[in-house]
Amino acid sequence: MQAKRVTFPGKITPYLLLLPQVAVTLVFFVWPAGEALVSSLFAQDAFGLGSTFVGLANFAALLRDPAYLEAVGVSFLFAFCVTVLAMGLGLLFAAAADALGKAAGLYQVLLVWPYAVAPAVAGVLWLFMFDPSVGMIARALRTMGLSWNHMLDGGQALTLVILAAAWKQVSYNFLFFYAGLRAIPQGALEAAALDGAGPFQRFRHIVLPLLAPTTFFLLVVNLTYAFFDTFGIIHATTGGGPGRATTILVYKVFRDGFEGLDLGGSSAQSVVLLVIVVALTALQFRHIEHKVSY
Amino acid sequence: MAGTSRLSLLFAHLVLIAGAAVMMLPLYVAFVASTYAGADFLSGRVGLLPGPHLVENYRLALTTGSSTAGIPPVGPMLWNSLVVAVVIAAGKISISILSAFAICYFRFPLRVPAFWLIFMTLMLPVEVRILPTFEVAARLDLLNSYAGLTVPLIASATATFLFRQVFMTIPDELTEAAIIDGAGPLRFFWSILLPLSRTNIAALFVILFLYGWNQYLWPLLVTTDASYFTVVMGIRRLVGAAAEADPVWHLVMATAILALVPPVLVIAALQRLFVRGLTETEK
Repeated sequence: MQAKRVTFPGKITPYLLLLPQVAVTLVFFVWPAGEALVSSLFAQDAFGLGSTFVGLANFAALLRDPAYLEAVGVSFLFAFCVTVLAMGLGLLFAAAADALGKAAGLYQVLLVWPYAVAPAVAGVLWLFMFDPSVGMIARALRTMGLSWNHMLDGGQALTLVILAAAWKQVSYNFLFFYAGLRAIPQGALEAAALDGAGPFQRFRHIVLPLLAPTTFFLLVVNLTYAFFDTFGIIHATTGGGPGRATTILVYKVFRDGFEGLDLGGSSAQSVVLLVIVVALTALQFRHIEHKVSY
Repeated sequence: MAGTSRLSLLFAHLVLIAGAAVMMLPLYVAFVASTYAGADFLSGRVGLLPGPHLVENYRLALTTGSSTAGIPPVGPMLWNSLVVAVVIAAGKISISILSAFAICYFRFPLRVPAFWLIFMTLMLPVEVRILPTFEVAARLDLLNSYAGLTVPLIASATATFLFRQVFMTIPDELTEAAIIDGAGPLRFFWSILLPLSRTNIAALFVILFLYGWNQYLWPLLVTTDASYFTVVMGIRRLVGAAAEADPVWHLVMATAILALVPPVLVIAALQRLFVRGLTETEK
């Protein structure tokens, strides 16, 4: 890791400057993460009075637990749908805005604002539109012959949280795709146009390859978002139900830990999630390394 | 794009109009719903245009809430959200800029380990370590306090990296000149580094304000006393009430609008800074 060529002398000053950040990090990040690691290796007795070392038994139990495996499945399905929907729409809107040039300004404001909405609030907005008794979309679906009740139908509940989560994330993808498209050299596109390439061919053979780094970056960000930042959406709308239809992994950690008071199991789940975060972050950093050198 | 025909321009407009409509739909529906009386929902009197109860509903939501449905007033929750968002944003920026300064401008034995320690926080989102972090906060007696709502969320690896990158672009000659003029590290930090990072600080503030305002899970855990509720976490109580017999969707939607308008206004007003902050923190 490089430093400045010119530095200040001082033995204590740098430590004092680092102190607040390091203190918060140790107390609220390292200590709890350590506790999670440790308690993932212990089993709590029924009264919470003592605990026994069980090694990796908590992890083995997870793999045998159908509820956990179901949550894994739900998480992947959810993350896949949110990512595809949010990235597809983001790219579509960005391509259209790019074609308009300066005239896209107003659209940009109209498309970007949902980024500022809290996931929980986004969930509540969509919950209202799909409310079986008063929601306008639920009513419209009923007149078309489809009875909507996400409180009873698991598939419908999952559709609802996917829509809310993707809606909020389109803005983000739009911004990054739009910036990526703006950065594509016009010369290459003009040359291709002169050679007789139609808009679709130009998009397929020039724009898409040049957008690949942005796409990859967004893929990682969207997966991280779908896995970890959507807790509010799920908690405020479906509460993981009906049954376990919308219980994604993050929600299950919360449910088992706070409602089920299963410390060992919940910690083991945390550790699994931690591994997923580390993997996603590592992917992201490999990408960043190409852009800037630390 | 090069060689765009009139037809494809028209098509682009159509795509964006449809897109904007989909993105705006939930907001419009919520706004319309917030202008009707509670009883209008069940009788199907809520239409496509705003109703007559706008002022009344918002006043009710802000000041009294609905005691029959167990709904606390939104006014104090908005204030809590503002305090939390400002403290988190200001706190993250101050501790990160100090640590970035230490890492860039000093040589000391623990420089690299400190850097990696901060780097690790990037990998530990609060959702992943909820239970133990909650226990730590409880042990430190931070439940139901502004400190509990903010301090555990204040460490930020991304902000540290961002400031580090900004500092690396500042020429060494400037530091040399400052040292020759007799400036110590703190003088240099205050008179040169801070002014040079002003726009980065502003851009980061916009992003971190949104982050703080939109927190949900953490406030939900550390507050049981209604006087510390933030509006984003408090809204869930309203949804619970709306699902009961008492039709309070008008109050829920008024609250949702009140919860989302401040951050949306911040973005609309500072869009240039927002986009800049976003692309810099992420890429």
